Amino acid sequence: MTMIFGIPIQALLGQLLVGLINGSFYAMLSLGLAVIFGLLRVINFAHGAQYMLGAFVAFLGMQHFGMNFWAALIVTPLVVAIFGAIIERLLLSRLYDLDPLYGLLFTFGLALTVEGTFRYFYGAAGQPYSVPAALSGGTNLGFMFLPNYRAFVVIVSLAGCLATWALIEKTRLGSYLRAATENPSLVQAFGINVPLLLTLTYALGAGLAGFTGVLAAPIYQVSPLMGTNLIIVVFAVVVVGGMGSIMGAIITGYLLGITEGLTKVFYPEASSIVIFVIMAIVLLIRPAGLFGKDA
Amino acid sequence: MAALLEVSNLEAWYGESQALHGVDLKVGEGEMITILGRNGVGKTTTLRAIMGLIRSRKGEIRLAGKDMLPVPLHKTAKHGLGFVPEERGIFATLTVEENLKLPPVVAEGGMSLDEIYELFPNLLERRSSPGTKLSGGEQQMLAMARILRTGIKVLLLDEPTEGLAPVIVQRIGDVLQKLKARGMTVVLVEQNFRFAAKISDRFYLMDHGQMVADFPVGDLPNRMGELNKVLGV
Repeated sequence: MTMIFGIPIQALLGQLLVGLINGSFYAMLSLGLAVIFGLLRVINFAHGAQYMLGAFVAFLGMQHFGMNFWAALIVTPLVVAIFGAIIERLLLSRLYDLDPLYGLLFTFGLALTVEGTFRYFYGAAGQPYSVPAALSGGTNLGFMFLPNYRAFVVIVSLAGCLATWALIEKTRLGSYLRAATENPSLVQAFGINVPLLLTLTYALGAGLAGFTGVLAAPIYQVSPLMGTNLIIVVFAVVVVGGMGSIMGAIITGYLLGITEGLTKVFYPEASSIVIFVIMAIVLLIRPAGLFGKDA
Repeated sequence: MAALLEVSNLEAWYGESQALHGVDLKVGEGEMITILGRNGVGKTTTLRAIMGLIRSRKGEIRLAGKDMLPVPLHKTAKHGLGFVPEERGIFATLTVEENLKLPPVVAEGGMSLDEIYELFPNLLERRSSPGTKLSGGEQQMLAMARILRTGIKVLLLDEPTEGLAPVIVQRIGDVLQKLKARGMTVVLVEQNFRFAAKISDRFYLMDHGQMVADFPVGDLPNRMGELNKVLGV
């Protein structure tokens, strides 16, 4: 068996793949958080619940309406985005004039409510969601076995991240969004409907979380608590990357996912805390985050 | 002349503290007026209150007869009102061209991008740079240029010459002359009244959140005593 640094190469590549998968989810979720925080100045604690909602919409859609995975990939983000838009319009928008703490508390309460509701109906145990037939099985790369669905997740999340980045950095709508992040009242004075922009942004963030939830459903089980477990790590990713930096959130997500995977190989005991250790170090050296601008 | 912009008894507040105590102002179509006054007398507040950036306001603001007080901020521009703030409001995360294209066109009669680049060749050269990498003078040009694209009728311009070199101030004067020739109505706030005298039709003198005098540019020599007293120069 081939060894690198005394580690079997299969184990190394296997964990690298796990790290890349986790990194994909971290990147997609922290991207949504960064977009929402950038414009709304709200730390969206409901992000994990919206991710879980995505997985459940896909699961329930299949159970009750026979919605297949491919349809779920399109329908679910829309459903979660509409849910986000309603929440923003009816509730969150009333808190913008208050201390940012209220937005955080509100979304935290929302997360507990949504997760509690699903727990009441579906229990804490996970529900299985099978890998779509077209992506089942795997490919033997010679040096390792690559499950097709996992390769698909890595490619699709990378595409999703880049599409979101391009939407924000390269389009006209994105330029409104960036400008409104810097100076919302002036942008509004120019005749741009900033309240609508805020709703769309929150919906976009929620939709991204929902999309991630669908991708995650066949890998993790669909459970009411799947978001809670993940979101704490994602917050650490956002802190490391720097609040409000789009590309920073994406790159940091992948890097930390891979770092976590490698830690599982070299020093498994530290794998569940390595991201938080990195967060602590980054906060000490660069409080604004790796890609953040010093405010 | 029928007033295009008519402000009467305008009061405005920052939180609990009242900043405007009944401002009266009339600007005819195509006219350029300048509001003079010391720091802190409410010149900028007057512009911000007219634009609707300050929402705790009372009194009357009419644009072409239309009552502007109930109009939400994001619809104000559609009625033909544009604002260039003193700090210029150039966006760092947008390129020069993105900054230019940011304000939506609200009416016909605005300048095209080509016309703007002809008037401000520097902006063409630097169109892919981040907006805030421009010099102070170029940023002021950009701030004015992007409003000119939109086809607004009344421009509220806050201290465009502040902190700029004389040669740039001259250039801004030229641009304002061109705007006037195109029929733009301008409300200018300016500390530099020698600059303002070259381009304005009328002056308003402001003190303690009110207009205390209003006179045509020709009266300036006779008013120097009063001006010096109120401006404290």
